[in-house]
Amino acid sequence: MSQMDLPPYATLGQKVWHYAFFVICGLIFFFLIAPILVIIPLSFNAENFFTFTPGMLAFEADAYSLKHYRDFFTNPSWQQALANSVKIAPAATLISVSLGTLAAIGLSQDHVPFRRAIMAILISPMIVPLIISAAGMYFFYSRIGLQGTYLGVVLAHAALGIPFVIITVTATLVGFDRSLTRASASLGANPVTTFFKVQMPLILPGVISGGLFAFITSFDEVVVVLFVGSANQQTLPWQMFTGLREQISPTILAVATILVVISIALLTTVEILRRRSERLRGMSPG
Amino acid sequence: MSEATDTGPMLAADGRPLKQSLKRALRAQKLRALMLIAPLLLFVLITFIAPIADMLFRSVENQIVSQTLPRTAQALEDWDSTGGDMPPDDILAAFTYDLVAAAERKDHTRLGTRLNYEMTGISSLFRKTGRRVDDFGEIYRDQFVDLDPAWEKGETWVTLLGDPEWIDEYAAWKAAGGDNEAGAPLFRLKDGIAQVLPETSDAYAQFARIAQVENNDDPSGEEPWAPVYLALYRDLAQGGGIDVASLGLAESALVETTAKEVTRFEAVPLRSLYTDVEDDWADPEVWKTVKTFLPEYTPGYFLSAVDLQKTPDGISAKPENQQLYILLFERTLFMSLVIMGSCVLLGYPIAYLLSNLPMRTSNVLLILVLLPFWTSLLVRTSAWKVLLQQQGVINDVLVWAGIVADDARLVMINNQFGTIVAMTHILLPFMILPLYSVMKTIPPSYVRAAKSLGASNWTAFWRVYFPQSVPGIGAGCILVFILAIGYYITPELVGGTTGTFISNRIAYHISSSLNWGLAAALGTILLAVVLILYWLYDRLVGIDNVSLG
Repeated sequence: MSQMDLPPYATLGQKVWHYAFFVICGLIFFFLIAPILVIIPLSFNAENFFTFTPGMLAFEADAYSLKHYRDFFTNPSWQQALANSVKIAPAATLISVSLGTLAAIGLSQDHVPFRRAIMAILISPMIVPLIISAAGMYFFYSRIGLQGTYLGVVLAHAALGIPFVIITVTATLVGFDRSLTRASASLGANPVTTFFKVQMPLILPGVISGGLFAFITSFDEVVVVLFVGSANQQTLPWQMFTGLREQISPTILAVATILVVISIALLTTVEILRRRSERLRGMSPG
Repeated sequence: MSEATDTGPMLAADGRPLKQSLKRALRAQKLRALMLIAPLLLFVLITFIAPIADMLFRSVENQIVSQTLPRTAQALEDWDSTGGDMPPDDILAAFTYDLVAAAERKDHTRLGTRLNYEMTGISSLFRKTGRRVDDFGEIYRDQFVDLDPAWEKGETWVTLLGDPEWIDEYAAWKAAGGDNEAGAPLFRLKDGIAQVLPETSDAYAQFARIAQVENNDDPSGEEPWAPVYLALYRDLAQGGGIDVASLGLAESALVETTAKEVTRFEAVPLRSLYTDVEDDWADPEVWKTVKTFLPEYTPGYFLSAVDLQKTPDGISAKPENQQLYILLFERTLFMSLVIMGSCVLLGYPIAYLLSNLPMRTSNVLLILVLLPFWTSLLVRTSAWKVLLQQQGVINDVLVWAGIVADDARLVMINNQFGTIVAMTHILLPFMILPLYSVMKTIPPSYVRAAKSLGASNWTAFWRVYFPQSVPGIGAGCILVFILAIGYYITPELVGGTTGTFISNRIAYHISSSLNWGLAAALGTILLAVVLILYWLYDRLVGIDNVSLG
């Protein structure tokens, strides 16, 4: 029996409170989800308004249009921003995942000197407020000539993504059965073969979901790129940010809808991977 | 005991003592782990820790004043700033030599901007004077040239002050076809000339080097700028001490005849040259400010960041109308607390519901929490902008329902309310997830036991369930609070002027007012607050327990 079921002997007050609680929770869920859902129909608005036109409420076909999507796919500045995002995020993800996975394996060994200090340093990009990271990187990267370059933005985003890779991969390695690598070694495999044939397939779900976190961090990041990048490195979030601050155009809603669809896809992938990883490690799906 | 001494230490297969062998294996293991970590550690140190260290450094760094005004720095050291007067001509002369060089290198505007942070108006003072300082001493130049036209020629100056070896090297370099001064040997002073004509040699050497480096000019073809004549006048007018004999034959004659005439020169006090450009130079506060900010490191930015200022008489509060940062810090903390509180209020019932529903239902509902968590921050912020606008969805609904009149639409954006609502929405998942993970581990039998012993629903919840969920509240609160006080994007877009945070001010100082030192100081204070909170979080929850979704 679930905790939330009402016992048959409940008093009227208890019954009222019981249903009121569900209503309150429903309202909070509404608060969480509605703002995100509301922009989806608005992005099909035929007018340049940010609210529902009478035609939309009456479900008239010509009150809806794809013109904002058309604008997104034809406007050169949005296309440039999309191209930049698609260039920068994978490059940053590649760096954080490759270096992060190696380091996570190193950190999960039995005897690591200064483990806490190292961990604190590697996790720090997640703790430090973005505006401070952005300020520091702006100062330092302009000193060494990286400010306003693609390389600078990629390195900055890679640094921001690293904590996520470290956390997810070390979490996967906690349940990793060390005797598997020993068995592989005793059967004559060298460490590299062992890594790719035995260890990697088992921790792959963790690596991929760490990579997805790193990707979304870079793809969604705006504060650091605002400072470290220049006009040539305008990414999608940057374009949205300036769009929201200066000339608010409904194309933003079309972009937002596309991004919501992407996040749903990513969320589904991560969830599937998490369950698969737990199944592989013999934990019950939770 | 006796057995161990009989057989000696236990040996490994290769004959080494076992203890040593194990130690070696352990060392190899440690080394291997470190080798795996090293690339990433190095990467993070360079791309992330170094920038943070740079920011900390910039918050106290103040080398620009003493680097741009090295002579003034030395001269001002002994100046008594308590008198209500402009510094004497000796100091002004040093300042003139510094300023003319800075103006030529275009450094004086940067210095002016720096000092303007401490005293409004200095920036324009430096800019105006920088344009005219290369005429300071014009009056002496004309008199020197009237006396002997040789003073107008660059060659005269080079042979008088230049190191003969340098003259030869330079000629050889010229003969070899060098025409880009960048590769030329830099001007050097004659040995001992600095004792004979101290100010002149210093001022001229500076001129010659700048001519070479900045303008690609051959010093012997250039007439020095007027302050060099000022220096020569000051050196010669001191009289007596000039040991002309140590100069070359031809030059000593020139210097000797000039030195005799110099006493009859029409002179003009330096201070009047400055006050002619701008009366403000007579204000001793300007000079006191320069003197106060001479040291290479200064707490000035930190003092500004907490509405204090450094004056020659010590530390004092800024004038009322310039106080801003304490208010901003207070507002940031207050709004973060409100956001944290609303997150607890909204997050607790959801987490409770999720942890008490059957797994299958709660997993579906969890998606409703994770979807906002995974949705782009800008998407959520734009959603709130759309909803809260005066012509936005919420106002439309309220007008349609007749709750609000069409001409009295609610102002819900570009103020504190907008920031609080949008940020509560954005940070709510960060409260729900830690709460949920704690509540999942609370065994339901405790509450049942309490009820079976006669506790009412409320007592069972408040005395038994709630205390067990407190660690989750703590973790969620600290997490939300840490995230909230550093937020930039959302307050910037929906905060207007009253709903902005300290981070917006940091961004403003970096990109608009260009007061990087103050931005760094504000950032350092914010960082310190976050690190303390994080340390608390680590004590309460532990770094390793950070979970993602």
